[in-house]
Amino acid sequence: MSNAAKKINLNLKVWRQKNAEDKGYFDVYKAEGIDQDASFLEMLDVVNEGLSKQGKDPIAFDHDCREGICGMCGAVVNGHAHGPKAKTTLCQLHMRTFSNGQTLVIEPFRSRALPVQKDLIVDRSAFDRVIASGGFISVRTGSVQDANNIPVEKKSADLAFDAASCIGCAACVAACPNASAMLFVSAKVSHLALLPQGQPERSRRVLGMVEQMDTEGFGNCSNEYQCEAACPKGISVQNIARMNRDYAHARFTSED
Amino acid sequence: MSKQLESHIPEGPVKDKWTKAKFENKLVNPANKRKFKVLVVGTGLAGASAAATLSELGYQVQSFCFQDSPRRAHSIAAQGGINAAKNYQGDGDSVHRLFYDTVKGGDFRSREANVHRLAEVSSNIVDQCVAQGVPFAREYGGLLDNRSFGGAQVSRTFYAKGQTGQQLLIGAYSALMKEVSTGSVELFTRREMLELVVIDGKARGIIVRNLITGGMETYMGDAVMLCTGGYGNVFYLSTNAMGSNVTATWRAHKKGAYFANPCYTQIHPTCIPVHGEYQSKLTLMSESLRNDGRVWVPEAKNDKRKASDIPEEERDYYLERKYPSFGNLVPRDIASRNAKYVCDEGKGVGATGLAVYLDFSDSIKRLGQKTIENRYGNLFDMYEQITGSSPYEEPMMIYPAVHYTMGGLWVDYNLMTSIPGLFCLGEANFSDHGANRLGASALMQGLSDGYFVAPYTLGNYLAQQDLAQVDATHPDAVKALSSAQERIDKLLAIKGERTVDDFHKELGLLLWDKCGMSRNEAGLKEALVKIPKIRDEFWENVNVMGSPGELNQTLEKAGRVADFLEFGELMVKDALERKESCGGHFREESQTEGGEALRDDENFAHVAAWEFNGVGEVPILHKEALIFENVALAQRSYK
Ligand SMILES: Cc1cc2nc3c(=O)[nH]c(=O)nc-3n(C[C@H](O)[C@H](O)[C@H](O)COP(=O)(O)OP(=O)(O)OC[C@H]3O[C@@H](n4cnc5c(N)ncnc54)[C@H](O)[C@@H]3O)c2cc1C
Ligand code: FES
Repeated sequence: MSNAAKKINLNLKVWRQKNAEDKGYFDVYKAEGIDQDASFLEMLDVVNEGLSKQGKDPIAFDHDCREGICGMCGAVVNGHAHGPKAKTTLCQLHMRTFSNGQTLVIEPFRSRALPVQKDLIVDRSAFDRVIASGGFISVRTGSVQDANNIPVEKKSADLAFDAASCIGCAACVAACPNASAMLFVSAKVSHLALLPQGQPERSRRVLGMVEQMDTEGFGNCSNEYQCEAACPKGISVQNIARMNRDYAHARFTSED
Repeated sequence: MSKQLESHIPEGPVKDKWTKAKFENKLVNPANKRKFKVLVVGTGLAGASAAATLSELGYQVQSFCFQDSPRRAHSIAAQGGINAAKNYQGDGDSVHRLFYDTVKGGDFRSREANVHRLAEVSSNIVDQCVAQGVPFAREYGGLLDNRSFGGAQVSRTFYAKGQTGQQLLIGAYSALMKEVSTGSVELFTRREMLELVVIDGKARGIIVRNLITGGMETYMGDAVMLCTGGYGNVFYLSTNAMGSNVTATWRAHKKGAYFANPCYTQIHPTCIPVHGEYQSKLTLMSESLRNDGRVWVPEAKNDKRKASDIPEEERDYYLERKYPSFGNLVPRDIASRNAKYVCDEGKGVGATGLAVYLDFSDSIKRLGQKTIENRYGNLFDMYEQITGSSPYEEPMMIYPAVHYTMGGLWVDYNLMTSIPGLFCLGEANFSDHGANRLGASALMQGLSDGYFVAPYTLGNYLAQQDLAQVDATHPDAVKALSSAQERIDKLLAIKGERTVDDFHKELGLLLWDKCGMSRNEAGLKEALVKIPKIRDEFWENVNVMGSPGELNQTLEKAGRVADFLEFGELMVKDALERKESCGGHFREESQTEGGEALRDDENFAHVAAWEFNGVGEVPILHKEALIFENVALAQRSYK
């Protein structure tokens, strides 16, 4: 909203793929007269309005809240998941980050476990299946005690919150050279493992979720830490260490 | 012409009604529950909590959403918090006070019985969420922290930093996924409901489009629950997620479900102002900011000086001046309207003159930057990210934006619409907020409906039915499917010149202008002439690219805009019909000398429930009288 917003022109190289079966290719477009106060997705809107007016198929991309919280948006821009700015989702990335005349290469989050469905849209249902394999506390509606009967040490509560702030966007997978989902899964495991309510199912949960993660075809973690750097919510790799400890412990104690 | 709607509110004192209803409700035998299938559309707080709970009870559940995961429903974006009458702070809160505040805050246009039930179950909601692992803010002693929110005079709001919605939704989503893991909930993501199937007058199924393949699919069941959120995006620019729409409820309306109070929309006072043509949405800045920020504009018109160059005595802290006892914390509708007034007078700030300052410099001086950073750090960062200006250094600029819709499908006390077997929960129904919703009450209502109300009332309905076996080959299902298909084919065949967004913007601007923060007869009548014209042109001249059998986002949008173009007309009609001002509905013809909303209880203490009568035809108005036995009708005063 700076009083005199500057307009810039950009060259886009965008991944186009009709559907999951299609091979896909890069196409080039010009994004002209883009207001630097616009967001990255608003820039794509402008390009798409232009394409529609020319009778061309607009670029498909996922988005919903445009506030950096639903985890729906995401693409790799010039090699960075969610673009070059740290701790920022694509929808919250503003065009003042870029300069006039720059070329932007825009690709979907790629990974074997997240197949492309069209252009920049990928299938992240693997994440839902990981959660269904234990990412919950088994309480029935109504059969619970008063909330303040479960005091939680503030430090644990804060750490649990930090882990729970994951938005499930899959940037961590896209950023990882091995396409590992460890940051996502460990954030989910940690959120509940850090709370007293999560203790009864702690072992069962980590075993189930890790098993499903492997089944989905995500890669292994080799401590590259690219995931943490790409995470728009700044989820810490310490969660991975915590999950590994929990997993080892659970494996050990579950052998009977 | 108007008939009395049967709201099925139980007899007896308000505080006993829900207990009585729960006892008198018919129960479905546990062994029979698994024979019933319930289709739950929507996976926000209302839908996810309902689907999870119904499945726990033993029903077969199918759950639908248009996003790629249930966890992405628009509820995820809620920032501020959720109310509950826990009185953990010992500051005098109670079920009765929450009930009272909500009825008064809604400007006496909600049902007492519903609001009381909401206040009663509010405590259970927080218990439930904590048990699921929702990481609410805590004090050093390990107990839950609260804040005062949205002008409430007690601290009853539970929160999780600035992302309460995401944390509550992850709680409800995890409960849902727990049921998915047992196989008793079947999940259908990336599905958009396009039609309701009504058989023998009862809701028995839905037609959805698979957004990945483009294929049309029919799902049949014994009851349908619409938990599809609000219609704020009819205005094009709003704080809602881009996909939020009226399609599911509108298509149900066209099949016979009455639409109640469509003109009640909430304009939130603290949003980042509009700044460009390209803009796709407006960003909310949490209302909690008004706890420490002071709202002002320059005294002089068209004052282009920088905020810091305007001396104290040349500033107008208009909320503090006009409402000394509530000051910056007046309810949303009042704060928004006053921002409009000062901008209309030419005192607005920023490039467009459509903004007012929200200034933290006094609080920073008084409390220190550290404290302000702890309270609002993430919001300040977000503001800076979007606008490029730091609220620590310069006052924020804010302006009202469409935020929430109190109107929705008419439901009885049991949350059932006027179509038997069709229930409606969460923001999609009209039930609890009257003409203005209080902060932190939507999350409460969504979870109340889904966890604690619908699971009881659904049983009561099913226990009394003798439903015929039906499947997707039933002629009414086949007809619904082909009518959805025809509409899609029609959209794709137009191949006109204008884009879908172009029409959406035109409609949105018109509504914002004529049916936004302030409404009058002439403006509304003008809109009633213009909307059908825009709609006609849309159906002749819109350009929808691509084919039906593929992922086609333009087609998705076109279907939603087509529905907004029909719905918008009803909204304006409702606003015209309601000649009084109340809450978020401000009719210029009906105001006090001081410019406040003036209700007309004699003629308008009712719910306006509209019956569909054909596109462009005059809808039929049914009135449900509102009776106030526990809260005395009074002119709201926040002076
Ligand atoms: C920015 C913002 C901040 C807010 N902050 C607060 C707050 O602090 N406190 C508070 O109490 N309230 C707040 N609210 C309001 C509150 O978030 C919403 O009213 C509430 O979350 C709505 O929940 P819901 O379950 O009714 O619907 P939603 O969460 O909107 O969910 C709708 C669901 O329906 C599905 N759906 C919709 N249409 C279709 C269709 N045709 N076919 C298939 N599926 C469909 C969607 O996929 C989604 O799953 C805020 C709102 C906004 C916009
Ligand atoms: S669109 Fe929701 S996080 Fe970007």
